[in-house]
Amino acid sequence: MDLGGINPAVLIASLMVASVPIMLAALGELVVEKAGVLNLGVEGMMIIGAVMGFAVAVNTGSPLAGFLGGAAGGAILSLIFALLTQYLLANQVATGLALTLFGLGLSSLIGQGYVGIRPPLTGAVPLGPLADIPVVGRILFRHDWMVYGSLVMVAATWAVLKFTRIGLILRAVGENHEAAHALGYKVRRIRVLAICFGGAMAGLGGAYISLIRVPQWTDGITSGAGWIALAIVVFASWKPWRVLLGAYLFGGITVLQLNLQAAGARIPVEYLSMSPYLITILVLVIMSSGRGRIAAAAPASLGKNFHASR
Amino acid sequence: MKKLLLATAATLAIAGGASAQGMDKVKACFVYVGPIGDGGWTFQHDQGRLAVIEEFGDRVDASTYQESVPEGADAERVLTQMALSGCNIIFTTSFGYMDQTNNVAAKFPNVKFEHATGYKRDHANVSTYDARFYEGRAVMGTIAGHMTESNKIGYIGSFPIPEVIQGINSSFIAARKVNPDVTMSVVWAYTWFDPAKEADAAKALIEQGVDVILQHTDSTAPLAEAAKTEGVIGFGQASDMTEFKPSPRVSSIIDNWAPYYIERIGALLDGTYEQKATWAGIAEGEVEIGEITDAVPAEVKAAAEAVRDAIVGGQHPFTGPLNKQDGSAWLAEGETPEDGDLAGMNFYVEGITGSIPQ
Amino acid sequence: MLRLEKRASPSRAWGMATPVLAVVLTMIAGGIMFAILGKNPVEAIRTIFWDPLFNPQFASYSRPQLLVKAGPLILIAVGLSLGFRAGIWNIGAEGQYIIGAITGAAVGLAFYPMGGWFIFPLMVIAGAFGGFLWAMIPAVLRTVFRTNEILVSLLLVYVAQSLLSSMALGALRNPQGGGFPGSRNLSQYPAAANPELIAGTGMHWGVVASFIAVTFAYILLQRHMLGFSIRLAGQAPRAARFAGVSPTRLVILCLGISGALAGLAGLFEVTGPAGQISIDFASGYGFTAIIVAFLGRLNPVGILLAGLLMALTYIGGELAQFMLGLPAAAIQAFQGMLLFFLLAVDLLSNYRIRIGRAQ
Repeated sequence: MDLGGINPAVLIASLMVASVPIMLAALGELVVEKAGVLNLGVEGMMIIGAVMGFAVAVNTGSPLAGFLGGAAGGAILSLIFALLTQYLLANQVATGLALTLFGLGLSSLIGQGYVGIRPPLTGAVPLGPLADIPVVGRILFRHDWMVYGSLVMVAATWAVLKFTRIGLILRAVGENHEAAHALGYKVRRIRVLAICFGGAMAGLGGAYISLIRVPQWTDGITSGAGWIALAIVVFASWKPWRVLLGAYLFGGITVLQLNLQAAGARIPVEYLSMSPYLITILVLVIMSSGRGRIAAAAPASLGKNFHASR
Repeated sequence: MKKLLLATAATLAIAGGASAQGMDKVKACFVYVGPIGDGGWTFQHDQGRLAVIEEFGDRVDASTYQESVPEGADAERVLTQMALSGCNIIFTTSFGYMDQTNNVAAKFPNVKFEHATGYKRDHANVSTYDARFYEGRAVMGTIAGHMTESNKIGYIGSFPIPEVIQGINSSFIAARKVNPDVTMSVVWAYTWFDPAKEADAAKALIEQGVDVILQHTDSTAPLAEAAKTEGVIGFGQASDMTEFKPSPRVSSIIDNWAPYYIERIGALLDGTYEQKATWAGIAEGEVEIGEITDAVPAEVKAAAEAVRDAIVGGQHPFTGPLNKQDGSAWLAEGETPEDGDLAGMNFYVEGITGSIPQ
Repeated sequence: MLRLEKRASPSRAWGMATPVLAVVLTMIAGGIMFAILGKNPVEAIRTIFWDPLFNPQFASYSRPQLLVKAGPLILIAVGLSLGFRAGIWNIGAEGQYIIGAITGAAVGLAFYPMGGWFIFPLMVIAGAFGGFLWAMIPAVLRTVFRTNEILVSLLLVYVAQSLLSSMALGALRNPQGGGFPGSRNLSQYPAAANPELIAGTGMHWGVVASFIAVTFAYILLQRHMLGFSIRLAGQAPRAARFAGVSPTRLVILCLGISGALAGLAGLFEVTGPAGQISIDFASGYGFTAIIVAFLGRLNPVGILLAGLLMALTYIGGELAQFMLGLPAAAIQAFQGMLLFFLLAVDLLSNYRIRIGRAQ
């Protein structure tokens, strides 16, 4: 079962790993945006998560503690954003960009003592005989627990947004904060919690890069993954399952182009490296044309600050 | 007696041709393209700076450096400000600073400029220096040729520029020499430094059956990726990358700028400084082969060391007969290339598949 | 209990005072950070804010450099501010900046080594047109397919960066460059160069263009019908539609203008300070300009000042790095802090702080 020298099972298995960080960060941002907040600081929160996760894991020797530390780091950084945009009513786009700048600088300061260290390893989940099933085993049952964790998070986010009261309130706040406020919901508090969740997820994604995917700490290790996560949220038209799809598409094309090169396919590399972006735009156009679905799916209060005047 | 002294001084001035007298104290400044924390290229230049401090102590102030200076307008400003702040010699450690270095050198004729990996020396106070990394690649290629069991070697390239192509050709020639069945897959990452992408590139190569990975990108990510698969080995790049010893990192190419920096600053101190273009290799200690670990059998290690010693002894890694990829003749029996041709290398040698992106 | 009350119109007094307050707050917080890093905070702050302007050793050089650094930021930010006011989010100015540089440089290189007064103006037109066309992609996709322009313009940045490296390695590579990537140096090709107009002032055509853009935008927003439409569309989209403002036309215009200005900035940069198309030509001006636009509160004069302040922190930050050995990362974090404080205190000009409960 080979395609131009590439084994699809192997390809799928590696794209599942490659897309974990952007999927986690995108899920977090999706919740933030569902609450009506646009936080462009994902890259900054990811890299803080990467360095904090790495530092905690190295110091405790436990990858699990590392991931918790990464999530905490991202969440704490996101509190700055929450304070500025929710309490001081600063512009969200500018604050998010400033957050990225600050996060990149701070991470490098924190990480100074951690260059050239190997973190404790996170092994694959022992699924015993399942891992030996031909093809399917290779694709599905030989991953570390974060791969499964991220899939669980997709399902959980979907379920919470769709079926629970919390999800309903969150969406109400994102669609029309004035009305939500009039109904007695604490718009600001809900948004702060959503921003925190987004920060934690971005931090988790960052920690996955520094603890499993690469695994090491170097300055600028996330190298733009946060921006891609932002793209995926819009690509997904704010639907968790489509985040999964978007992350796999994006991760998949990156992995595929490197695999094609390794397999010796004669392809113009520099144009291929543009392909994930071009294909995303294309898919976006297809999805948004016709009935204008994407525009309709955006939370109506996205990016607008809320101030209870009465 | 006085006459004699004068006469000696005059001869010295003629012989030296450049700065006639030495200096009591030198302020040496460094411009880096990345953060010191990159663990590779910039890290090694900074190691050179620290070695200068170690060597000269109070006589040299080498405390001034700047990280992550973008190539372009910003570099020109940083260089000018450094010159204004009283630096006597400024090392600009990336190819992209070439025009800026020359521009600023024109404005400060009394400040010495040292530009790494470039070729423009428009003014008398600009020197260039570079390392013959391809010599180190020949040693890595020898180990790779011996060690591969799948007969597939992978190479992660950054950008298709001569320096990288030299490395690909050199390691391939060395590997073929010890293992005629060897093939090489090249993946262009189009980045010098992007750990996640480099890890993916390594993974893609491993999935294609590659079991030895060479890299010309600066992060340790490919080694970390190699560590995940049993039997895959790789090499440290730019710095020793000791944290991956003994395997997958079985050896490394270390950029050791310390001897050059010490030599040049020393020359400035004692008044023998002259403009020059340096392209030094293993023999001068500028390219170092990191410890070959026990993960490699003793005879392979011996073979690699023999290649290294032969290069030190004057054996050129590109010695004919060699053909270009399309089969046309490049070097005749025993012939070696001119440095100028080598510096502009833009083709693969015979046996490498794939094409260089243009 | 503290309570915020929206002012009927932003306070002018606070509008002037808040930036000063923010800078003071940043000095305090940044000083604490520098102290933690083991540096003398007073010296560090002085090096960043004072030395580039008044230190006799550097000032005569770094003062004009403020203009060189601020020029492209202001030029791009002015263009962006028009769209941002109308609620049209061009996040991809970085891409338009790159494409403007590529198209402009390509025209110039096509004439190499010919002389002629017409070459530079042609390049300027090509640069602006390149940026304009690149911005038209998200504009057309938004107006025809209703595709989100934030995402498309951002994604196109990555495409532009790939194009840039393929141009530096391929079509525009200097044939006499020994196989290294990078185009010929345009600043050394007189017919295509964008030199300092008056020696020692830092003024080049890009700086001139940014001043023109500020003036033009000011007049547009104050006096012109289009300026009114833009403001109306941003503040009250429905009312704008009733008033006959065509959203399609507005999207095309706003994205087109900001794209063209970003393209111009790229062209002036590649022919002047940067000199050549290289793999690393893009230096984040397009993203920084977004911050500048907001710091200037989307007001042309404010953008001018914000651009100069950003430039000061860059140049002072460089001085602090090599004079005091502060890590580059500390400067980045410091800039982040400055932005946070500027954004935070903005509150005071738009709201009144009252103590006590609402009536």
